[in-house]
Amino acid sequence: MNRIKRARTIQTVAVGITGAAAAFIIAAALFLLVYIVVRGAPAISWEFLTDVPRKQMKEGGILPAIVGTLALTLGTAAFALPIGVAAGIYLSEYAPRGRSTRLIRLAISNMAGVPSIVYGLFGLALFVILLDLGKSILAGALTLACLTLPVIITATEEALRQIPSDLRQASLALGATRWRTIYRIVLPAAAPGIVTGSILGLSRAAGETAPILFTAAVYYKRQMPDSVFADVMVLPYHIFILATQVTGRPDDIIWGTALVLVGGVTAISVAAATWRSIQRRKVRW
Amino acid sequence: MIRLNGWSAIVILAAIGIFLAYGGARALGEVGFWTLVTGSEWYPTIAEPRFGFVPLLIGSAAVTITAIFLSMPVSLAAAVFISEFANKRVKEVAKSIIEFMAAVPSVVYGLIGIAIVVPGVKEAFNLDSGLNAMSGAIVLAFMIAPTIVSISEDALHAVPNDLRQGSLALGNTRWQTTYKVVLPSASSGVLAAVMLGMGRAIGETMAVLMLTGNAARIPGSLFESVRTITGTIAAEMGNVVQGGLHQSVLFTLGLVLFAITFLINLVADLVLEKQRRRWRR
Repeated sequence: MNRIKRARTIQTVAVGITGAAAAFIIAAALFLLVYIVVRGAPAISWEFLTDVPRKQMKEGGILPAIVGTLALTLGTAAFALPIGVAAGIYLSEYAPRGRSTRLIRLAISNMAGVPSIVYGLFGLALFVILLDLGKSILAGALTLACLTLPVIITATEEALRQIPSDLRQASLALGATRWRTIYRIVLPAAAPGIVTGSILGLSRAAGETAPILFTAAVYYKRQMPDSVFADVMVLPYHIFILATQVTGRPDDIIWGTALVLVGGVTAISVAAATWRSIQRRKVRW
Repeated sequence: MIRLNGWSAIVILAAIGIFLAYGGARALGEVGFWTLVTGSEWYPTIAEPRFGFVPLLIGSAAVTITAIFLSMPVSLAAAVFISEFANKRVKEVAKSIIEFMAAVPSVVYGLIGIAIVVPGVKEAFNLDSGLNAMSGAIVLAFMIAPTIVSISEDALHAVPNDLRQGSLALGNTRWQTTYKVVLPSASSGVLAAVMLGMGRAIGETMAVLMLTGNAARIPGSLFESVRTITGTIAAEMGNVVQGGLHQSVLFTLGLVLFAITFLINLVADLVLEKQRRRWRR
């Protein structure tokens, strides 16, 4: 009887301890969110979002950095989406079960773990120096595309896998070719999953600093980029510069920028996830 | 055509290795790999520069290992709770909050570290400066928590319910079941989770660069300033002569980092794959 009691006590203690650990991590995440909002909110104003930096970046706004981040992210999407979605289609619909497919999967998950600074070096060597694109939106977008690719491939593959094979077989039975089946039946059905997964990956890319240090980002630039060969200011790099290189740290501008970055990224991710769950509820297999 | 895209991951991974080696070719030829990896001094910009990776390797190791020790107990306990004890609703909320934590850019973690952790460490340990290995490790511990929690939670979740029910039917409590049946069955997945967390910690750049003080010498304790592999590349690559020896050395350093994380990820992925197959049967 005593042993049972003891086991029950230990059970209660164990649930308490592990629960406290979970609560601690969740509290830390919530603190992060609240802290960024509280410190960043006072700086946010129309002027802050639409003006260029002034007085050695201690006053004014962050418009060039917002535009730069948007340009880079759109460029990243332009390169990463076609390749990533195609690779996801290949893995889900065409790839034979076997060694080579296993190798591809290993490579994809390994790619996801390559440090972002290594992508930066790779982009510097290949896009900036060898292909002579210089420090530019194009070079930065290509670098970020490599980094985002594994996320998009995985999202696409998972979304395609959730489409029941009945649909494919019905389409094939009606005489459609394999590609037509994928293009007309499977892809549209999987679109919400693909789009959402890709947006989550791209919003991650928008917050990256290390890959664009040597491939796209500049310290200070008032003009808006006029071509894909221009270098740009970007939000994460702007935060880094303000926090470490500018004397007399302009705290409200730093936190305002952080709020714009985190808020933008989170809002887009949440919107995408919500849209996906609405779409999913519409269709039942 | 579509097949070609399928191979893109392998192509890019190979290209990364090739281009880093290509960029580092001059350093490997002129200084030599062994001299670089075993050299204990890093003075890249003096008249007769010395390129020794040892202080940087130690810097990265100190920050990474400390971060793992800080993060692992809490993260694993949280994963156990979320997988084994939490109800469905708590589980979903916890997962999405942890996902948010993973999505916060590393430069923002660095910023919060500067605002809170650096002064805190300075105060708590009575130091002249809070920019040291410990501050970097504390912030890193939070940054890698989402990785460790979500991957080990997946591993625990993948353990078939038959095992749990069998154990409960024998009269074990839920904790005894977790401790004696579920955790041992998921142990390799949990190990992989910690390894992937470690890979992330070694590769993390911006937060570490902002918090560790960046003195490139071999530290005597965790409360001294250190310079990591990633921090060195990020801080110095912008100021080198194109095609110069220093640039080439930094590419070699990147190659070393790539090799380390590649191996860690590869082993972790193989472990995870093996575990997945085991339960599929």
